[in-house]
Amino acid sequence: MAPVLEVSGLSTVFHTRRGLVRAVQDVSFSVNAGETLAIVGESGCGKTITALSLMRLIPQPPGEIVSGSVKVDGTDLLKLSEPEMRKMRGSKIAMIFQEPMTALNPLMTVGKQIAEMVMLHDGASKQVARDRAVEMLHHVRIPEPARRAREYPHQMSGGMRQRAMIAMALACKPKVLVADEPTTALDVTIQAQILDLIGDLQKEFGTAVVLITHDLGVVAEVAQRVVVMYAGRKVEEAAVGDLFAHPLHPYPRGLLGSIPRVGSARGLDVSPDERLREITGMVPALNDLPPGCAFAPRCSLADAKCHAQVPPFELKQPDHFAACWQA
Amino acid sequence: MSATISHSFWNNVSYNARRYPLGVAGGIIMIVFVLAAIFASAVAPLDPFNTNAKASLAAPGPVYLMGADMMGRDVFSRLIHGARVSLAVALGATIIGSGIGCAVGLACGYIGGWFDLLVQRVTEVMQALPLLVMALVITASLGPSLRNTIVAIAIPLIPTVARVIRSNVLSLREMPYVEAAKATGMSEWRIAIIHVLPNTLAPLIVLATAQLGSTILTEASLSFLGLGVPEPYPSWGRMLSESAAEYVRTAPWLVIYPGLAISLVVFGSNLLGDALRDALDPRQRD
Amino acid sequence: MLTYLIRRLLLMIVTLFGVSVAIFLLLRIVPGNIADILFDSAGMIDPSEKQKIIADLGLDLPLPLQYWSWLNGVLHGELGFSYVSEKPVIDEILPRIPITARLAGLALVFAICAGVPLGVISAVKQNTKLDYALRVLSLSGLSMPSFWLGLLILMACVRWFGTIPIYDRAPASIWAWIAMLAIPAASVGFRSSALIMRLTRSSMLEILRQDFVRTAKSKGLSDNAVTYDHALRNALLPVITTIGVETAFLMGGLIVTETVFNIPGVARFLVEAIRWRDYPMVQNLVMFIAIVVVTVNLIVDLLYMLVDPRIRYSE
Repeated sequence: MAPVLEVSGLSTVFHTRRGLVRAVQDVSFSVNAGETLAIVGESGCGKTITALSLMRLIPQPPGEIVSGSVKVDGTDLLKLSEPEMRKMRGSKIAMIFQEPMTALNPLMTVGKQIAEMVMLHDGASKQVARDRAVEMLHHVRIPEPARRAREYPHQMSGGMRQRAMIAMALACKPKVLVADEPTTALDVTIQAQILDLIGDLQKEFGTAVVLITHDLGVVAEVAQRVVVMYAGRKVEEAAVGDLFAHPLHPYPRGLLGSIPRVGSARGLDVSPDERLREITGMVPALNDLPPGCAFAPRCSLADAKCHAQVPPFELKQPDHFAACWQA
Repeated sequence: MSATISHSFWNNVSYNARRYPLGVAGGIIMIVFVLAAIFASAVAPLDPFNTNAKASLAAPGPVYLMGADMMGRDVFSRLIHGARVSLAVALGATIIGSGIGCAVGLACGYIGGWFDLLVQRVTEVMQALPLLVMALVITASLGPSLRNTIVAIAIPLIPTVARVIRSNVLSLREMPYVEAAKATGMSEWRIAIIHVLPNTLAPLIVLATAQLGSTILTEASLSFLGLGVPEPYPSWGRMLSESAAEYVRTAPWLVIYPGLAISLVVFGSNLLGDALRDALDPRQRD
Repeated sequence: MLTYLIRRLLLMIVTLFGVSVAIFLLLRIVPGNIADILFDSAGMIDPSEKQKIIADLGLDLPLPLQYWSWLNGVLHGELGFSYVSEKPVIDEILPRIPITARLAGLALVFAICAGVPLGVISAVKQNTKLDYALRVLSLSGLSMPSFWLGLLILMACVRWFGTIPIYDRAPASIWAWIAMLAIPAASVGFRSSALIMRLTRSSMLEILRQDFVRTAKSKGLSDNAVTYDHALRNALLPVITTIGVETAFLMGGLIVTETVFNIPGVARFLVEAIRWRDYPMVQNLVMFIAIVVVTVNLIVDLLYMLVDPRIRYSE
């Protein structure tokens, strides 16, 4: 089966007063229909810029997508003209944002915000689009959808707004859904509901999902594949189970080490090895990257080669890739 | 140590100067006017009070650079001396208005309760009247004089400043670092002086600069209406009122130059105020 | 919503009451008794005449009583008599109101029609030459005294048409009065338009950075749809508030503009009353201006409620 979304060699930079910021460098991945790929990393690692690059929503200037291709169903989005790209946004590739509180227009009813898109892409009449909006709200399990459609965003709770965002994103049945930290701003109990909802709708519509998150718990729950990013580059990619069981790169190893497990939380019988670890140091500034591996300054395994040369991203084990001289 | 501090200070200044070229232009305009005002007697080529019947309504020329008025007084020299009056009124009114406003705002933010409520009601009363109307009524009540003009313009400024400072103090008091200072047992007064006052300074400077322009315009309007700074002080606004409509036909220089002086100095203070706002008040930055 | 309205109206009454006290007191601390001034200016010598004036004006009564009789009169539409013309104040003020109202209305229409679109253009074309030009234009609008702008326009009229537009009490048609008031309205409205333009620009820039604008783009909407359907409506909210504040400022501008263009409106009349020390007139005119300002602010608040659902439903 051909992947629905194929990203290869994507690089995005920002031209700033403090010099060229390489926010995303040579990132490639692909996602099949109905599959979820998670992109994981700390804030500032380039995952959100990757997501916005897929939608071509990078503010330009100062941003610029300098190379690569983003193919949805074989069409390279980066080669489209702006009007052609507009036709893709929402209909073939849609996005959910992190902040449900601010991501909806406060002066427009939720129903209208959904209907607007249906009218735009499907050429539906006002009435049909309204009905579709109500139907979508029903789909995302909002009670009394017909009444809710006439409400304004501020009348809804955060979780409900995020449901409405999802309803909007999926209203035109896109092939690809980019979800940028869709649950970060929500309460833990609501987080699980929203993730379940995305999963269910994904199965129903066969959508390929790119899930951007910093939360490894979320990854374990919903994704099939994981890409780990650090300082704008991919450092590891594998199936979820594989990565959690045997992380190769010291950075994801550190990330997994900084998640408390049930046994260690009690603080009893914990070997020094199992103690909760943190990754020392800070993420390097993207306009001032070290010449070698970007993680080297924080890495306990780093040697001279790590500091001097950028490690290639290569196959280390069957279907398990990493960029590390030591792995 | 102090050398590095002043070094970084100048770096900062030159960085901001490059970043806000319009602000620098505004600053230069203001400096030129302030210097002209301070050294008016030295700069002005002729005596601004000296009347000369032969030169009545003389057109601009080598002697009278910007022409002469009805009484044969040199317009250029009167403009330079007028800068003194305009800037004195503007600075005086802004300092008095901002000072009192700041004190009232701080008091409201700190004392709160009935005092705050009372001040807010008074503020609403004052804001129900346009600046110029209030200034007019106050001059009508106090009588026209240089001092009264300053007072009449300063009083309407108080509510705006008080409001801004009050809301600033209220939000500052909620700031984590102020809460932290409180938690470590720092006294309210020390907090007010160390944390709150310096942080209200930036918005105060921004506001005061912004008001400088409107005080100059109000003084000009008052004098234009004949209710501002009285004779013998040469005031730009009154120079326009003396000449007003009748000279539009016969002696346009009597209309053009005083208005140009007012507009230029207000333009300069607006440019400066905008740049200061962008540089000092990050919340309002574009 | 209803409780908000009632609260708002009550506050309005409190404010107006405060204004009336403030004006009354301000005009009583005038150096010299009003009677003295009248007495001197009328060239009367007989002290008994002076006593008669004082009694006629009620100046021998204690201040609270004087205040009460004025307030009582205001509430019954009896505003007393002008010192100067000796006609009822109300008869002097009423015919002048429509003149000023038309001028103010025209100026406000001009300010909004010029300010909002230019502000939007300036924001959308941020940091282009056009943006810089518009910003300089708006800043100069805020820097020029409106009476000077009026004089400059008069000067241009002299140069190009050889004549100055003259105020006509009974213009032949609606077009004649628009033409007659257009120049003064533009000269007083220029400042307001400059302010509205600046505010629209900064508000628009602020909104264009918001998340929901990005959402709108991610839906595939065109730039125009994003700018006008989504951003502009949000950006106009603070502009509405400013229009309220600006109306108060416009009243100040009208005073000088009516003077320059010789228009017999209420605003210029206030200056005349102050010059003649016609205090019953001043007192009532200032009160009238305060009522207008407070009412406009109330209307603006209601308008805001109509436009912003967050406020409409919050009570």
